[in-house]
Amino acid sequence: MGMLEAILLTVATAATPLLIAAIGELVVERSGVLNLGVEGMMIMGAVAGFGMAYVSGSPWIGLICAIIAGALFSLLFAFLVLTLVTNQVATGLALTLLGLGVSGMIGEAFIGLPGLKLQAISIPLLSDIPLIGKLIFGQDPVFYISIALTFAVMWFLFKTRAGLTLRAVGDSHGSAHALGISVLAVRYMAVMFGGACAGLAGGFLSLVYTPQWVENMTAGRGWIALALVVFASWRPWRVLAGAYLFGAITIAQLHIQAISLGDLDFLPAPIFWLASLVKAIPSQFLSSLPYLATIVVLVLISRNRRLTMMNTPASLGKPFVPSR
Amino acid sequence: MRIELTKRPQHSVLFSVLSPFIALALTMIAGGLLFAALGKNPFDALYFYFIDPLRETWSLHELAIKAAPLILIAVGLAVCFTSNNWNIGAEGQFIMGAVVGSIPPVLFPDIQIFLVLPIMMALGMAGGAAYGAIPALLKVRFNTNEILSSLMLVYVAQLFLDWLVRGPWRNPEGFNFPETRQFHDYAVLPEIISSSGRAHWGFVFALVAALVVWFMMSKTLKGYEVRVLGQSPRAGRFAGFSSSKMVFFAFLVSGGLAGLAGISEVSGAIGQLRPVISPGYGFTAIIVAFLGRLNPLGIVAAGLILALSYLGGEAAQISLGLSDKAARVFQGMLLFFVLATDTLIHYRIKLVMRSRASGGA
Amino acid sequence: MKKILTTLTASVAFAAMVAGAAEAKTKACFIYVGPIGDFGWSYQHDQGRLDVEKEFGDAVETAYLESVPEGADSERALERFARSGCNIIFTTSFGYMDATNKVAGKFKDVKFEHATGYKRDHENVATYSSKFYQGRYVQGQIAAKLSQTGVAGYIASFPIPEVVRGINAFILGAQSINPDFKLKVVWANTWFDPGREADAAKALIDQGVDIVTQHTDSTAPMQVAAERNVKAFGQASDMINFGKETQLTAIIDDWGPYYVERVKAVIDGNWAQHDVWHGMAEGNVVMAPYTNMPDDVAALAAETEKKITSGELEPFTGPIMKQDGSEWLKDGETADLGTLLGMNFYVKGVDDQLPQ
Repeated sequence: MGMLEAILLTVATAATPLLIAAIGELVVERSGVLNLGVEGMMIMGAVAGFGMAYVSGSPWIGLICAIIAGALFSLLFAFLVLTLVTNQVATGLALTLLGLGVSGMIGEAFIGLPGLKLQAISIPLLSDIPLIGKLIFGQDPVFYISIALTFAVMWFLFKTRAGLTLRAVGDSHGSAHALGISVLAVRYMAVMFGGACAGLAGGFLSLVYTPQWVENMTAGRGWIALALVVFASWRPWRVLAGAYLFGAITIAQLHIQAISLGDLDFLPAPIFWLASLVKAIPSQFLSSLPYLATIVVLVLISRNRRLTMMNTPASLGKPFVPSR
Repeated sequence: MRIELTKRPQHSVLFSVLSPFIALALTMIAGGLLFAALGKNPFDALYFYFIDPLRETWSLHELAIKAAPLILIAVGLAVCFTSNNWNIGAEGQFIMGAVVGSIPPVLFPDIQIFLVLPIMMALGMAGGAAYGAIPALLKVRFNTNEILSSLMLVYVAQLFLDWLVRGPWRNPEGFNFPETRQFHDYAVLPEIISSSGRAHWGFVFALVAALVVWFMMSKTLKGYEVRVLGQSPRAGRFAGFSSSKMVFFAFLVSGGLAGLAGISEVSGAIGQLRPVISPGYGFTAIIVAFLGRLNPLGIVAAGLILALSYLGGEAAQISLGLSDKAARVFQGMLLFFVLATDTLIHYRIKLVMRSRASGGA
Repeated sequence: MKKILTTLTASVAFAAMVAGAAEAKTKACFIYVGPIGDFGWSYQHDQGRLDVEKEFGDAVETAYLESVPEGADSERALERFARSGCNIIFTTSFGYMDATNKVAGKFKDVKFEHATGYKRDHENVATYSSKFYQGRYVQGQIAAKLSQTGVAGYIASFPIPEVVRGINAFILGAQSINPDFKLKVVWANTWFDPGREADAAKALIDQGVDIVTQHTDSTAPMQVAAERNVKAFGQASDMINFGKETQLTAIIDDWGPYYVERVKAVIDGNWAQHDVWHGMAEGNVVMAPYTNMPDDVAALAAETEKKITSGELEPFTGPIMKQDGSEWLKDGETADLGTLLGMNFYVKGVDDQLPQ
């Protein structure tokens, strides 16, 4: 396996959980709800996935339970913000707090146990194609799910009637309601879809990425997923690009550290000089790049008011009470 | 069966008073069940949570220390949230306030005069406010969503502090461990009553800030402006208020207070800069702001209650062996119940037994 | 006369014992920076606490606080411990240093034991640390014997002296077998983030490293090594369950003997301040069984371990050059504790720039 191929594979693995969680949150936000509890739902998925895989002996059962756990946990959020119209920001934060606590309690029994790993699918012959073979035809199943999910959401949002309804609810819940759409029902489903995705992303962490259970193992990935949605200005294909960009920056940073300048002396002088310069930058600055990039992208997309209006769900974060 | 809400014409005074107690009662019941399920005596557990930390003077001091940053930040956030500006980056403003405020003792350790402390506090506020001004500027100038820009800036601030204390600001005599030099005596925020405990002036700042902001919000034209623009920017414009100026005002106030909280914490409670100076105060304060219903005086109470739950969690962990996970779950439940029961203030809740009535709207 | 005296002493001792038992049990308290579920640093300290419980049974009561943030919170937690009747408090993270000393000043009757620090402002504060680097030296030798590529990878957490010591000891061990051995270092900038540690392991392996060692706490690098078919060393606890075919050995932090010793000192009333660096000799640094390697390598490793334990071999013994080629230790000279405590330079052969 060549080095470049290996790096690409690593990037894909780093990007997959971000992509899945962000795609889920994108649907939630498109319906006009802001759920800051992604981290909490994700860690619930991780613990449920690990635990059920361990108990049942099947990582697939674990993965399915991770999805269910995420969806059920999001239902709690949905009930509060949709039925009881509580503040979405505060409720989302509370959900994260609760998720971290509950998962830690449940997971106490799983500490130190080796997990089951969801095995990669390898299509014979095709996966032997140099460079991209393994990347496209030899990955773990969740990778394919994540890509399929992205395209499915793209198709759903922009090509189906149900998707139109969902966007209508997110853009103007008042008008949608007047048209006879059940705003709350749509939002309940969207929130649960987001929860299911976050759960799946968590399950990916504890069943594929690092098959084990440890407390707080999501380590802030839920927050990054939230940032990605905005980075992508609520467009699925941009979430895909953003997740891979983020994954690539994370991985590149580690490779820059590991590579020694001695191995690079074959490079032309200016490039060598540039490489040594990059190596000299403190890692904290490289680590903050994705966040700064997100702000820059935010500014770029939002300075054009028309463009923003087209993409940003206008009712995002606003409460809705049906009867009047 | 489903639940139907009807907006009350006016918010219910009865439930404004009652709902915190209902929430507390529900939390007690649910918490008691949780503790019982974990095999602990629920009454013991609740005792350690809510009573034990209040029994001794030193512990009350600790309560004040823990509550001070939460209240300071949350009071500022109340102005932000009431004016419909969603600053969730107070954690970053807290850190930048601490960093900028620490310039005198870290970079000029030989200047040891009484003026150092006031300068530090002023710098802290300036640092937090300046950092808060970034999302404000982006929102006004480029229409950028402030929730996300302020959140992203939190990570940047954390990494910046990390770099500082591991690199240029590292204590030259500290064996290379990641921390700055200890602040000298003139740079340490004094304790209020040092004979009985170590609560420092940060708590006084918090109370003063709460009073001032409360006065501003309820008695002055500026407070009226904040509320009008928050409820309806259009109405605000008709009244001649500028929403752009309000964005800056809100972010500068909350950034400044978060910065003051940051430098107070570093100067009063920690005594030096280290890679991590806040266990998430900026985020917890968002919860405090809502628990206090965005009312500065309510926030004082909410900050104290949340601080109590931290202290109580520790007491229960020591005395009963309840893990800190249980404490976090307990906090989460408290928040959920408070948020849920607050609905009663603005809405009537009706259980509808039959399926949806025809016609809808 | 002598006999009477003995009887008298014995009965006094007995009375004291009874009185002691009736009064209160000795209470030993522990404060951890991470969750005890990290299966690494805090987990191992908690295992030490359990050893204390096992050793003394009903005579000792223990309590712990986990995930206590360094800073204002740790001071409060310590004060609460001191007031709740703890007789001895172990503060198990470097960041608790100033809080430990502050609270110790207020509670003179309580003994404080601070791990990995250097401040002992009061009579009742002791410090203890561990010579993990001894284990790194053994690992380095094994790596140099087994590596096909001649390059090992080191997943480092933060550039603090303990980690720098580990890196240097590893390369010195390796060079004692193969003078041209290379070590690649990646700073993960975390003690604990399984995903990031896994990524770091992958990056190192992708760059031609065939032996991975980690100075971070999760078992993720071990799993990655298993998946990629390279060998790895465990950290803090025995990680053999995460890489049955992969783990060569692991440096196990066994705090049990030290904790038992110090609690016993409190019970016996002869606790005194000290600053110790325990290692293999005291049973603080334990090597997990040497597995997945040829017998001769295992024998070599066991031999080195024995020599270090007996004191015959000290990893930081000259001649040692610094990374820039300047001389650090002359032939036969051993490093002084002060330099080790604040180690902030690499020795020759480390392929990395130390973040400054």
